[in-house]
Amino acid sequence: MKMLINAPERVVEDALRGMAAAHPELVVDVENRVVIRRDAPVAGKVSLVSGGGSGHEPLHAGFVGRGMLDGACPGEVFTSPVPDQALRAAAATDSGSGVLFVVKNYTGDVLNFDMAMELAEDEGVRAARVLVEDDVAVTDSLFTAGRRGTGGTLFVEKLAGAAAEEGAPLETVEALARRVAGACRSYGVALSPCSTPAKGGPTFDLPAGELELGIGIHGEPGRERRAMMTSAEIAEVTVDALLEDLGDSATEHPFLALVNGMGSTPLLELYGFNAEVRRVLAARGVVVARTLVGNYVTSLDMAGCSVTLCEVDEELLRLWDAPVSTAALRWGC
Amino acid sequence: MEDGSRRVAELDTGFFVRWLTETASAVDREADRLTELDSAIGDADHGSNLRRGFTAVTAALTDKPPPSPGAALGLAGRTLVSKVGGASGPLYGTLLRRTGRELGDAATVSREELARAMSTGVEAVAALGGAAEGDKTMLDALLPAVRALPESFTAARRAAAEGAVGTVPMRARRGRASYLGERSIGHEDPGAASSLLLVAALERSWEAADE
Repeated sequence: MKMLINAPERVVEDALRGMAAAHPELVVDVENRVVIRRDAPVAGKVSLVSGGGSGHEPLHAGFVGRGMLDGACPGEVFTSPVPDQALRAAAATDSGSGVLFVVKNYTGDVLNFDMAMELAEDEGVRAARVLVEDDVAVTDSLFTAGRRGTGGTLFVEKLAGAAAEEGAPLETVEALARRVAGACRSYGVALSPCSTPAKGGPTFDLPAGELELGIGIHGEPGRERRAMMTSAEIAEVTVDALLEDLGDSATEHPFLALVNGMGSTPLLELYGFNAEVRRVLAARGVVVARTLVGNYVTSLDMAGCSVTLCEVDEELLRLWDAPVSTAALRWGC
Repeated sequence: MEDGSRRVAELDTGFFVRWLTETASAVDREADRLTELDSAIGDADHGSNLRRGFTAVTAALTDKPPPSPGAALGLAGRTLVSKVGGASGPLYGTLLRRTGRELGDAATVSREELARAMSTGVEAVAALGGAAEGDKTMLDALLPAVRALPESFTAARRAAAEGAVGTVPMRARRGRASYLGERSIGHEDPGAASSLLLVAALERSWEAADE
């Protein structure tokens, strides 16, 4: 498999050097693998810090900036960062108002961020944590590591980031982040596996003519394999999985919708898919207030898509529309 | 050779440093196989992550020669936590740190003392990961190994090997393989496979002491 890299073990470092060169508004510590907004710490503001394995770009470093994250710490490809990185990002961005860690629910992320929380408190940094676990493909929570954090992470980081930017205290930002995390549901589909630099090739076999339903964002195979379907059919399966999990509440409030590419599906196809998703949602009586289409929570070069729905009220809708200025999301400023 | 029966096992700091560097060599040799196992039911990085961690452990042991068995394991554990990331960094880090803490400052320890200390370390791993024997994790190799360790290093290695192979028909209930449900059946757990490398290195370190 050909990749635009120098060496597998240098992929993250090289990307951070490139990010530093492209974004003077960010402070990129390549050696320690921490990305923070240049004006941090912002006086009186709660700091939002997130991180996770690399390979999901623009998540998380692409969401550092005004109105979203204060800091991010990228780990190796598909490997959560170490506690030292999260601590460094927290300490560098804490204004004294405290730090909220946004953590996707994977065993490694939870363990490393828990250690970082303890270290932060030892250093006198007030720290809280919100867990994102929005993937409805994981049905059997008692017999698994629980639902994975996927596309819902973007909504948690944007909405809690907007609240923090407005000066809300730590307890309020944490409660809001938790509410958003609880309001998000995601479901993903792979048309091709992804290739990790370490392996140099695909992480699983997916024959031509088949697709994988219920995938995560780490190139791990999903729960079920079926014959390839049309965009309209994939939209039906995806929306039904989300609505089944939401139950009756699905038609009570409007939603934010993220139609997300997994990395190598063209925007042309994603927009076509969004049309089908919207058609199915409308047929089921679900109202979409805002839509985001693009590659935001990716899985290296995997082809495929995921849909995330986030139930909103007027306050959350206002926070969604609030100004944001990051490498990957930018509006209102 | 069978170990232990012919002489009392007094394990000094040199034994522990050898154990860790033997593990590092084994992880380096087997990294591609670990990654291959991980790509079947995980995310294809177990070998490269552990290689990065144990390479750093070897460097740390050379850089700051530890004064005792407990200090050697503590240094190795802290290094893994700060270099590996993922789940395996905190889990292997905790195993070595807790085992090291149990050994205290003693200049030498017996195999029985090591078995008791490792048992505490493995329990800490189970608590941290929320897993039990039979969940298709590293515990399926480590728990039988620690139970067999009072008998001999060879018995421990055999128990770990049986435990690792025993994960093949299991359905994963913890870690990333758990998302696959039934489809995790039929694959050896990469964490159990790497745990076997750690236990097998104990036996090799003991044999080297004899030479």
